[in-house]
Amino acid sequence: MSIMDHNGGSVIAMAGKDCVAIASDLRLGAGAQTIAMNFEKVFPVTDRLYMGLPGLATDVITLREKFRYLTNMFHIKESRPLQPSTFAHLLSSTLYERRFGPYFCEPVLAGLELTPSGTYQPYIAGTDLIGCLNFAKDFIVAGTASDKLFGVAEGLWEPDLGPEDLFETISQTLLNSVDRDAYSGWGAIVHVITADKVVTRTLKGRMD
Amino acid sequence: MECSFALTGKDYVLVAADTTSARSIIKMKVDEDKIKTLSPHLLMAYSGEPGDTVQFAEYIERNIRLYHIRNLYPLRPQSAASWIRRALAESLRSRQSYTVNLLVGGFDTADKTPHLYWIDYLGTMATVPFAAHGYGSYFASSLLDRYHNPDGTLEEGLDALRRAIDETAKRLVVSPGKYTVKVVDKDGVRVIDL
Repeated sequence: MSIMDHNGGSVIAMAGKDCVAIASDLRLGAGAQTIAMNFEKVFPVTDRLYMGLPGLATDVITLREKFRYLTNMFHIKESRPLQPSTFAHLLSSTLYERRFGPYFCEPVLAGLELTPSGTYQPYIAGTDLIGCLNFAKDFIVAGTASDKLFGVAEGLWEPDLGPEDLFETISQTLLNSVDRDAYSGWGAIVHVITADKVVTRTLKGRMD
Repeated sequence: MECSFALTGKDYVLVAADTTSARSIIKMKVDEDKIKTLSPHLLMAYSGEPGDTVQFAEYIERNIRLYHIRNLYPLRPQSAASWIRRALAESLRSRQSYTVNLLVGGFDTADKTPHLYWIDYLGTMATVPFAAHGYGSYFASSLLDRYHNPDGTLEEGLDALRRAIDETAKRLVVSPGKYTVKVVDKDGVRVIDL
């Protein structure tokens, strides 16, 4: 078993019409033993950008603190909003700094990018543990249930879903995928990001 | 083998750790206190590689004390736990890392709430209602899932703790004999005789 699977956990992000959603499960394990059922892996970066960090839990916390520092510094120095595409490259270069002794996380981004015309465009991206960026138009998955998430998301996702339909799609995809993965589960948390607000819902899954 | 347990209740945290100090299969000492009082309302049970444990625990103890002296108030449990976690996470990626597992329990005197953190040698930290380290965790986590009451009185908490300790004594081949039990609440830290 890889160190990436030691603590378990999965994250998924999906793009919709003028909205994006990102969700994670809540399990924290140590191998097969479950330690906590309240371990969130998705964190806010800005008002319109969230980052999911599945992988080794110690690095989940370390990276969350590191990026909170880096985004705070960006705001102080630049005094302008941090755009998702900018943050994606900050993420990529920060992970690649540790090329030969990486943080064992595969980050997932979901946000809304401000266009020159003043509208917001869905933006989702993922990287591997050394910062190789992967842009997708539909969905990004990562974590111990990623193989199952790929399959279910491929079947359920469709283009131009509204916030409510996107919430239903991402929730069903995540819950049904983690049910087939012993290292993920114990409920889920879903964030749906639209231009004017973020709706966060905590879901109960199969609590076994 | 080393076992430590902890649980929260209504306005208190209970922390228990076995008292054996072993080397290989030999018990060298049976009255070792493996729960440090870091500040007036903060406890830390430590276990792991002998040598690393005491060295790391004393490093943490002195730094938490230094913060208290410098600022005239102690770190709150949440902040102390984050700092301790970071010390372990940074140590993990050094040439010689500390192999120490911790249970940090404290009572926040500012908002009057009990806090418990499960921390392992990798620097993994979880906020939990009850926790255990060592082989005893296999018995304790399932028993406390059933019997733990987060709003329970101290007596209820001690009953739940006794269940965990008794089951470990009954079912674990290499079970420790004695435990130190400490409680932290609004009045500070005190030792409890089970």
